[in-house]
Amino acid sequence: MIRTLLALSLLASAAAVSAQPVGAPPPAPQPPAASTGDQGLTGEVTDESAWQDLQVAIPAFATDREAPTPANSNGTTALGLELSRVIYNDLKNNALFKPTGPDSLPRPGYSEITAPNFGTWRGRGAEDLVQGYVRAAGDGQLTVGCYLYDVGLGKELTRGGWVVAPADWRRAAHKCADLVYSRLSGESPFFDSKIAYIAETGPKDHRVKRLAVMDSDGANHRFITNGQATTLTPRYSPDYSRIAYVSFLNGYSRLYIYDIRTGAQKLLVNSSNATFAPRWSPDGRTILYSMAIGGNTDVYSVPVGGGSPKRLTDSPGIDVGGSFSPDGHQIVFESDRSGSQQCYIMNADGTNEHRISFFGGRCATPEWSPRGDLIAFTHIVGDLRIAVMTPSGGGLRYLTNDWQDEAPTWSPNGRIVQFFRTAKGSGQTSIWQVDLTGRNLRRLPTPVGASDPAWGPVLP
Amino acid sequence: MNRLAITAVVATALALTACSKKPPAQLPPAPGQAVGPAQSALPPSGPTPGTEAHFQQVMNGRDVIYFDTDKYDIDSDDAAALRQQAQYLLQYRNVHATVEGHCDERGTREYNLALGDRRANAAKNYLVSLGVPADRLTTISYGKERPVALGSDEAAWAKNRRAVTVILQ
Repeated sequence: MIRTLLALSLLASAAAVSAQPVGAPPPAPQPPAASTGDQGLTGEVTDESAWQDLQVAIPAFATDREAPTPANSNGTTALGLELSRVIYNDLKNNALFKPTGPDSLPRPGYSEITAPNFGTWRGRGAEDLVQGYVRAAGDGQLTVGCYLYDVGLGKELTRGGWVVAPADWRRAAHKCADLVYSRLSGESPFFDSKIAYIAETGPKDHRVKRLAVMDSDGANHRFITNGQATTLTPRYSPDYSRIAYVSFLNGYSRLYIYDIRTGAQKLLVNSSNATFAPRWSPDGRTILYSMAIGGNTDVYSVPVGGGSPKRLTDSPGIDVGGSFSPDGHQIVFESDRSGSQQCYIMNADGTNEHRISFFGGRCATPEWSPRGDLIAFTHIVGDLRIAVMTPSGGGLRYLTNDWQDEAPTWSPNGRIVQFFRTAKGSGQTSIWQVDLTGRNLRRLPTPVGASDPAWGPVLP
Repeated sequence: MNRLAITAVVATALALTACSKKPPAQLPPAPGQAVGPAQSALPPSGPTPGTEAHFQQVMNGRDVIYFDTDKYDIDSDDAAALRQQAQYLLQYRNVHATVEGHCDERGTREYNLALGDRRANAAKNYLVSLGVPADRLTTISYGKERPVALGSDEAAWAKNRRAVTVILQ
């Protein structure tokens, strides 16, 4: 909802701080917990993991006064605990940190948030500390403050503050997790983002496929279509206002644009030919799609606001899919013009088509990283696996090794690839995430089967 | 449904004996049934001519043709089935039909939509070449979204790589 985006505004850090009570006596120091033991570092050191074993303590967020809030039936004290749990899960699930969550940590008081008891945290082996608070204003709006401290140095590293509507409380937690992640890793944030996907239910020969959306951690799940018609391959517009997808409504494979604010759905291309594989340009003004005419599929583009479609490819083979480079100047797509599916790059106007995959097997569903440095794709040699390569087709590297993994989509910061996995036999589908080392693989929790994930950008 | 069951049994048998990737699994064209003693009065009890049910009954499995992995060419078995379909469509001149193209599960979703479209059009073009007016035939690709055989093995995949002609009511 647009409304919720607007409701979230960054507070000046100074304001967040000035709101702290001054000179409140710090409560008695918490007794140091019994040694947590287990100091052995077992993680493998890799090129990307110099900070992988960082011990980050995330105690429950404090509140200035217990107050009722629509965000939590037990009030702001309970909400503070939930906020820190969301942050803990964000950081834990991406396997780059070793966070300790609020359920095994002492709970700092409100006055400690800006003046941590570093001694306590040193005693617990924490290297970094994430503290914060939540306050409910008279109008119901929530103010969430987030502070990151280096425990060893005894100093603040960064802070952020946000005012959110009660319904958006999780976004404040994701913003805090993003702040911590970015400051400690040097990478761009990605937690405060959403995923569109296809929810799958029912047996293999009568599978119901519905358009659905969720937050990047699987929360706030929502079905958008009712399952009456099969829907496939959704893609969020870059500003999250719309979703382009394929529906078999009325017996045709056609492209629709779903407007999230109004709930209206509009046919994108009015043609009796099958249209599918929608892709937004980075500026959100153009959609690429594939159209099959008499058995020959080519890639087209059409202005979202209306205008004539333009045919970009012209081979007698199947040209399908496509993904823009981050600057919008080039498109990587797949074609079987050589006899089997391979990946090609062309300019955004369709000129200068050239093949980039020459490593054997088939190259399918290429997706350009938002960082521009890599292309993720499905590599087919019997099994379907997720792999990455450079835009020149070099440096092939597998990220997964299973029976059928396909359709990669990038996290907004280009560090994690999400895809869907099909189980042999049952055909059950599920969404997974893997980082670029290929070591940290996890299944995303979804209420039902899930395929065709499409990760949108970080929310403003 | 009967058709599917029969097709499935024969297809499995063929798959076990042949190394070919292609078990189109057609039954021999029903001479046994034609002389069956129970076939006393076909028209009164059977489905209405020109309907999908009637088409299925007359085709006896030949409303479906099968393809090799990644292929969409019409071989002699397919041609025989399509001739029979064309005969029917030429006999019932008010009938419109759609050809559904399908793929096995071992490919990516969007490519399979395109491949299924190729298969549906290969079948349609063949029907048109036999004299069926093109404006009575449409196509749709379901890619890998609508399998009929549920296994994850070659026998199941062979049955799912298909083009199905369906009479529109």
